[in-house]
Amino acid sequence: MSLSAKLARLLKSARKTQVAKSVLRVKHEDTPRARSLGVLSNVFLHLHPAKINRDAVAYNYTWGMGGMTFYVYLVLVFTGALLMFYYHPSKVVAYRDILYLENDVPFGKLLRNMHRWGAHLMVIMVQLHMFRVFLTGSYKKPREFNWVVGVILLVLTLLLSFTGYLLPDDQLGFWAVTVGTNMARATPLLGNEGPFGPQLGMTPYNDVRFGLLGGSIVDSNALLRAYIWHCIAIPILASLFMIVHFWRVRKDGGISGPAPVMLESEIPQPREP
Amino acid sequence: MDLHQLWTILATPDNVPIVLLALAVPFYTWYGLRQSFANDRLIAQLEADPALARTHHRKTQPWRPEWDREVHVWPYLLRIEFLAALIVTVILLVWSILLNAPLEEPANPNLTMNPSKAPWYFVGLQEMLVYFDPWLAGVVIPFLIIVGLMAIPYIDTNPLGSGYYTFKQRKAAILTFLFGFLGLWLTMIFIGVFVRGPGWMWFWPGATWDHNRLVFEVNRDLPFGALFLAAYTAAAAWAIHKLITLTPFHRKIHARMSRFQYLVMQFFLILMLALPLKILLRQLFRIKYLLVTPWFNI
Ligand code: HEM
Repeated sequence: MSLSAKLARLLKSARKTQVAKSVLRVKHEDTPRARSLGVLSNVFLHLHPAKINRDAVAYNYTWGMGGMTFYVYLVLVFTGALLMFYYHPSKVVAYRDILYLENDVPFGKLLRNMHRWGAHLMVIMVQLHMFRVFLTGSYKKPREFNWVVGVILLVLTLLLSFTGYLLPDDQLGFWAVTVGTNMARATPLLGNEGPFGPQLGMTPYNDVRFGLLGGSIVDSNALLRAYIWHCIAIPILASLFMIVHFWRVRKDGGISGPAPVMLESEIPQPREP
Repeated sequence: MDLHQLWTILATPDNVPIVLLALAVPFYTWYGLRQSFANDRLIAQLEADPALARTHHRKTQPWRPEWDREVHVWPYLLRIEFLAALIVTVILLVWSILLNAPLEEPANPNLTMNPSKAPWYFVGLQEMLVYFDPWLAGVVIPFLIIVGLMAIPYIDTNPLGSGYYTFKQRKAAILTFLFGFLGLWLTMIFIGVFVRGPGWMWFWPGATWDHNRLVFEVNRDLPFGALFLAAYTAAAAWAIHKLITLTPFHRKIHARMSRFQYLVMQFFLILMLALPLKILLRQLFRIKYLLVTPWFNI
């Protein structure tokens, strides 16, 4: 008997053991039933239906953009968690931690680069995903609400990126966040320089910008707040909304197309009021 | 022509993603519209031939009657997802090996960066600061963009073009989106990143950033601004109404709108058109405010 045949037999008998059966739960053979069960009985794959529109698997419809956005998000969670091992969110130490990561931690520079460029990539991809959803009219009935969830995800993606910008505590992040949060001063009603702000008693020490920064300037409190938003609050929110987003893709009838084209003459008459 | 200056801007690590965006967006615009036009040709063919429309499978994708309409996710989708994940990983790895993330000097509140720019995805809003006060550019406009995006599905009453690319059946919607996404959002980002230099002054790509340049601009406020705003609103509303009731098809879509949907749509479209108008007024006539009140200026 050849080696490969032996291996195949070994593998086959291994799959019959109690251990393997308890792990896999379903038989892995090349039948339609096994293929469906393989997807449906796996917690990571069961977001997928067992079968989908044959034309939807081609690249040209979805561009794979939503899926790739999600994948980059996972990469960011992974690299971000590793970065957290080396990073302290306090003045002076934070910048030194980045230098340490860049120069002394094995693969530290690569890790930081991947997190940085991954973030940019996610921002680009989420915009392209929205673009394709628009061009295919996929926000139309019954998917209106999932588009709204998507817009929330877009905002959260931008905020994730923005809060991360401050964390190296260098000139680039400091001034970008200064410019960004200075605008919050001008919030109508809630900012000390915004319309009707002063009339409502807003000062640099109690307005919305103060709340964001934990102070009247971008300093150690702002660093800590950015860190908590960036590493805890927004990732949790984004993950929650992604769960809803994917769930709704399924519940709204799966991916929207490619659907057969509809003609103008086939528009249903609106109901009389 | 200062190529070195141009290169410095293009090769700033945090600007590299925008170079990528500048390639990806035109590509995907072409890629999406190409499929739209292919479907539009099919639609024209089916509209001309009702008998064909009854039997046709109505897609531009290859089709045979004996093929199943659906395929198994395992392996047909999962293998593509796996491949996509691999490719994205490789791209990200190579990018991260070739290009280092920027790290400037430690933060120093006493040493202002000039120009100090927001991250690129907010630079478009920063650019709006030239034309609008911060409460508009930094708070109201972003808020309206978000709400406006969320409103899209609820004000687009056109039932056609759901789940397939088409241009002909959704001209108004697609042109509006392209105008907002390419014409406003991305254009402002490109101006902010590639054109704005020290002091947020205008330097054409290739011009040297002169840190000592001074520009004496005397901006003035528009007299009778409230009247002008009222006239603009009326004219824009009229023009938008004309445009969206131009053809019998568009009138049919319009008839499906409730009064409320119509008003919300007008509200957002009028505001969207006001942005380039204010930009032009500033750039051509040095107008600072259209409306001056004791509490706020527009
Ligand atoms: C973090 C951000 C996001 C992630 C991870 C994400 C992920 C996904 C995925 C995986 C799909 C399945 C189809 C596909 O890959 O295209 C999808 C569909 C969809 N997404 Fe997103 N998305 C995000 C943001 C957005 C945004 C910004 C919008 C719109 C404003 C949006 C609206 C939709 C809609 C309406 C669908 C259903 C499309 C259809 O059935 O064809 N999503 N999303």
